[in-house]
Amino acid sequence: MTTAAQRTPAAGPRRSWTPGQIVLTLLGAAVSLVFLAPLAWALSTSLKSETEAVGVPPHWLPRDWTGQAWTAVLETGNITDWLVNSLVVSVCVTAIVLVVSALAGYGFARTEFRGKNALLGVVMAGLMVSPAVLGVPLFTTVQQMGMVDTYWGMILPQCAPAAMVYILYKFFQGVPRELEEAAFIDGAGRWRVFLTIIVPLSRPSLAAVGIFTFISSWNNFLWPYMVTNNPDLMTMPNGIATVMNSYGIQWAQLMAGGLLAGLPLIVVFVFFQRQIVAGVAHTGLAGQ
Amino acid sequence: MTTTSAGTVVRPARARTVADSPTVRRKQGFQHGGWFIAPFLVLFALFVIWPLLRGLHLSLTDANISGDGASLIGLDNYREALDDPLMWESLGHSAWFTLLVVPCITVLAFLLAMLAHHIERGKWLWRLCFFLPFLLPSTVAANLWQWLFNPGSGMVNHVLGLETPWLTDASYAMLAVVVTTLWWTVGFSFLLYLAALQGIPAHLYEAAELDGANAWHRMVHITLPMLRNITGLVVALQILASLQVFDQAVVMQDFGPGPEGATRTFVQYTLEQGFTSYRVGYASAISIIFFVIIAAVALARMWLLRNREEGGR
Repeated sequence: MTTAAQRTPAAGPRRSWTPGQIVLTLLGAAVSLVFLAPLAWALSTSLKSETEAVGVPPHWLPRDWTGQAWTAVLETGNITDWLVNSLVVSVCVTAIVLVVSALAGYGFARTEFRGKNALLGVVMAGLMVSPAVLGVPLFTTVQQMGMVDTYWGMILPQCAPAAMVYILYKFFQGVPRELEEAAFIDGAGRWRVFLTIIVPLSRPSLAAVGIFTFISSWNNFLWPYMVTNNPDLMTMPNGIATVMNSYGIQWAQLMAGGLLAGLPLIVVFVFFQRQIVAGVAHTGLAGQ
Repeated sequence: MTTTSAGTVVRPARARTVADSPTVRRKQGFQHGGWFIAPFLVLFALFVIWPLLRGLHLSLTDANISGDGASLIGLDNYREALDDPLMWESLGHSAWFTLLVVPCITVLAFLLAMLAHHIERGKWLWRLCFFLPFLLPSTVAANLWQWLFNPGSGMVNHVLGLETPWLTDASYAMLAVVVTTLWWTVGFSFLLYLAALQGIPAHLYEAAELDGANAWHRMVHITLPMLRNITGLVVALQILASLQVFDQAVVMQDFGPGPEGATRTFVQYTLEQGFTSYRVGYASAISIIFFVIIAAVALARMWLLRNREEGGR
């Protein structure tokens, strides 16, 4: 059906529509439709009035198109606060995680000190701890520090990711030592070598870690849910799930709010697809 | 460490006088090592190690949420946990969820990756479609499917021509959570498979084709064996994530335990004990039990990996 030359990507001019390709493309389109239909349904619901939304039987498109739900969500709720909170928390978490895990990854990969291997083992054990596993003790710890219902209480516990340290540690181990040694001979210190040689070299890995951290922090529900009950401090996923669900669900508004929460990442994804896909795949594959 | 020795191997090739100076300099550099790790260690100690130790301590007490007046009660919490039918039930729910999700997600992710890999046009479009749901917050995905599974005006029943009470019947509630999870998270494993497929050298297929292998043979003898590592990874990551399921289950059931408690997961049970019943000591004890289970799974995987590496030699 296909020759070897055809299969190598980006080789040759436009490919022909073989029967096999037609079947596969149709199959792909059908599956994509199943994946996208729920989102289309959310959008359609958000453009109905609340009464039409819960009508039985449901129909795909609104009879009366209305932006009521969207204006209601934007005007009455504190959704703009949640958006800002989400942004503040995710940007802070991403920045801190990048700095902290790059430094630690480099430290573990390139410097020697007593007890390094034992420490590395402890960090590996930390991979098994998460707010889902140790939520209650983590909460009481944060409570003891007086950080319940604060930004720091939301941010800092997300900033000790053993997994990211491990990924960068593995990466730095693969950087040829000769590059650094040449710089040492020229009289550069550790820090300068790190900043001028290592960081620029590892930009793809750092981008991967940053992207992955940002996505998980933006979408994190459990920890912000535990650490704050204050609607003014809530992040997007958190506010939508708790506040909007609390006074009888208004489906059109809930769908509008949900789309608002999902939209920023989706827009970013459409523009930076290549980097994000590479970043997520790279981060996941590092677990091998 | 291997890298250190690799570094030393290179050095004798250079002139001795030059070789000595980096050694000295590197020794000075090593003293800075601690500073590189220090910021991470502070955060790690405060938010991972300390809560773990604190959890161990609390699990031996009858502490409530305020933390005042707790007294040591030995292993009573653990004894109670082992006799607690609700703990076993919620553990069972999380395990059942894992058992349903992991094989489905692995197979589905593989099939989607094969599809996206072999369609020659519009690769970015397929990738976009299959991965998109993963970018939504868990709560948004859960709310969306709660709406889709709605008995009267929900699209699932409407499209399939059913009248299934997905969210209100104990025998379907967990299934609804599983379907939601599949839709929401399969994109991640799909990307891992896709990356692995693209990493298989084309010459293997070319050689097989020259030998007259058909598509089925190429799949069984090249693709599947080359994907073994990635399958191990996907399964391991999914088991660890699925055991910790919480968000989807609670949001789809309006923060309740579901019909007849059918979707009460283990994480939910620990939070109920800690934050609703204010039994921090007991909640800590079952958290520690959970930690041991998670650690056992992770260690089992490491052990399997090591065995296979040794067997491969």
